[in-house]
Amino acid sequence: MSKITLNDLSHSYLDKQNSDVDWALRNINIEWQDGGAYALLGPSGCGKTTLLNIISGLLTPTKGKVFFDGKDITSQTPVERNIAQIFQFPVIYDTMTVYENLAFPLKNRGMTDGEINSRVKEIAKMLELTKTLNNRASGLTADGKQKISLGRGLARSNVNVIMFDEPLTVIDPHLKWVLRSKLKELHQKINRTMIYVTHDQTEALTFADQVVVMHEGQVVQTGTPVELFEKPKHTFVGHFIGSPGMNIIPCKLDNGNAAIDGVKVSVSSQIKKSNFSKTEIGIRPEFVSFSEEGIPVKVLKVSNTGRHKIIDTECKSGKIKVLSLTSKDVPSGSAFLSFDKKYTYAYGDSWIIE
Amino acid sequence: MNKTINQKAWLFVIPVFVLVAFNAVVPLMTVVNYAFQETFANNVFTWEGTRWFKQILRSERFHAALGRQFLFTGVILAIQIPLGIAIALTMPKKGIGVPVCLVLMSMPLLIPWNVVGAMWNIFALPEIGFLGHTLNDIGFDYNFTQQPGDAWFTTVLMDVWHWTSLVVLLSYAGLRSIQPAYYQAAEIDGASRWAVFRYIELPKMKKVLTIAILLRFMDSFMIYTEPFVLTGGGPGNATAFLSIDLVKMALGQFDLGPAAAMSLIYFFIVLLVCWVFYNLMMRNETQS
Repeated sequence: MSKITLNDLSHSYLDKQNSDVDWALRNINIEWQDGGAYALLGPSGCGKTTLLNIISGLLTPTKGKVFFDGKDITSQTPVERNIAQIFQFPVIYDTMTVYENLAFPLKNRGMTDGEINSRVKEIAKMLELTKTLNNRASGLTADGKQKISLGRGLARSNVNVIMFDEPLTVIDPHLKWVLRSKLKELHQKINRTMIYVTHDQTEALTFADQVVVMHEGQVVQTGTPVELFEKPKHTFVGHFIGSPGMNIIPCKLDNGNAAIDGVKVSVSSQIKKSNFSKTEIGIRPEFVSFSEEGIPVKVLKVSNTGRHKIIDTECKSGKIKVLSLTSKDVPSGSAFLSFDKKYTYAYGDSWIIE
Repeated sequence: MNKTINQKAWLFVIPVFVLVAFNAVVPLMTVVNYAFQETFANNVFTWEGTRWFKQILRSERFHAALGRQFLFTGVILAIQIPLGIAIALTMPKKGIGVPVCLVLMSMPLLIPWNVVGAMWNIFALPEIGFLGHTLNDIGFDYNFTQQPGDAWFTTVLMDVWHWTSLVVLLSYAGLRSIQPAYYQAAEIDGASRWAVFRYIELPKMKKVLTIAILLRFMDSFMIYTEPFVLTGGGPGNATAFLSIDLVKMALGQFDLGPAAAMSLIYFFIVLLVCWVFYNLMMRNETQS
């Protein structure tokens, strides 16, 4: 168990780097506390797996350092770092039984048969694998196999961190819920640092206390699920998290005031700077409502999702989605929109202006 | 829903039917025909029942040839399979080395069999061949045309040279299909190099290795051209494998009845061994 510090980490898979796009990771600085549950969230190709493999020691970073409890372990092997990692596809040893699979990492570290036996039994009980312990691992279903991978990760009681690389990708939707709550439960039970990589916001937000959102090799925001939802620091976070995502509408900034289509919009924080090449207003569909005056829009489409309605509207500068309760009436044709000031933010070159 | 009845489709099957009939069924039935009858000239046949089969199965000559055949196949499998896996494991996984190695490995497979025999014959000649001459120069009494041991050594060496590549290519394909996550997981689990081979690479190669062993078993069990050109079955009968013996019997002595019976026995042995081996290898395979 230890605190993990990533210090100015950059990685490139190329020998020479000419521009920003040649880097898979750029200037990552993160501090993870001991025993926390963290998620790395981002779309495919944003560098989250690269980051994970650097922490586990499968990759050596081009620049920067990794610390466990303040100790520089950048050049250590995965075995020396004493970590566990669970991969996207279930990795099992086909010729072994479930028991032998779970015992394998313990055996490799020279534990005695007695210790191994009690530990494997304990893990099997935790993961509900006791009945199948003596079956051949290759005969199990995908979620059974992933449980074994998980079990091998949990088998060693002294690992510094357990890392999950999109572990539920190949699992059926209804079992995803089961395994995910199992993971959460395990975290509370064993209280070990866990890092969970995923591109699925629901998985990230339900699993983690702190979510790190990555975009194009950079960390764009770190925060609790609520912070990410209520105050996205970057338009990418607003857009990526939430369903539907945040409305991002081009706007004009003038003397500390923002305006869309010539209509003044008040935002939650004071705008001190305005020399950006791109300026936008961000507002979540949850905080947009129809009103008597405001931004003039045309109502395009209403989709019903059950409890809520998603209303697609369009102003001159762009499209705006509105989320409202199904019971509320929706005006047809022309209407006006007003934004909840508390949750309206101005973005300059995609970053929040504060 | 009513099915449309259209018997015209059978017409399209006729070419295949004719082709298969001519290259498989008709020759095989001819062999069956000879195996149960005695023939003299003028297409006169007399029924002999299972006489030829009994004669072959009791003949010492057949037992000896069969023994040599099993020994040869066993030896080359014992060399080629481990050697092929070992070479595949050391082959590069990326870069310019990959195509270079693959092309080099494929070369022996592209050479016609009689050319392989002729090449090795000249290569191994004790007086003028590079191999034969060198071996004699450094003090070995080597002469594959006269000493049975040397003839065996040369035949086995030739087959290893000719066919190990096939095992290498199949094993390499099997190795390349293993997901990197397996190696990463093993690294994190603290597995030794041997454990990675034993618990990841070997099980993942099981299917291609089954194919490799089956192919090498069948080909080596039916080997004819290369030893025929290299040693002609000699010295004496030392390298007269089943097929060489069979041809001697059929075309040399013109004993068509016994030769036909031997062909059928030969065929059933190959079939039986393949069947047993395949079922043994696949008995634990569930759905993949």
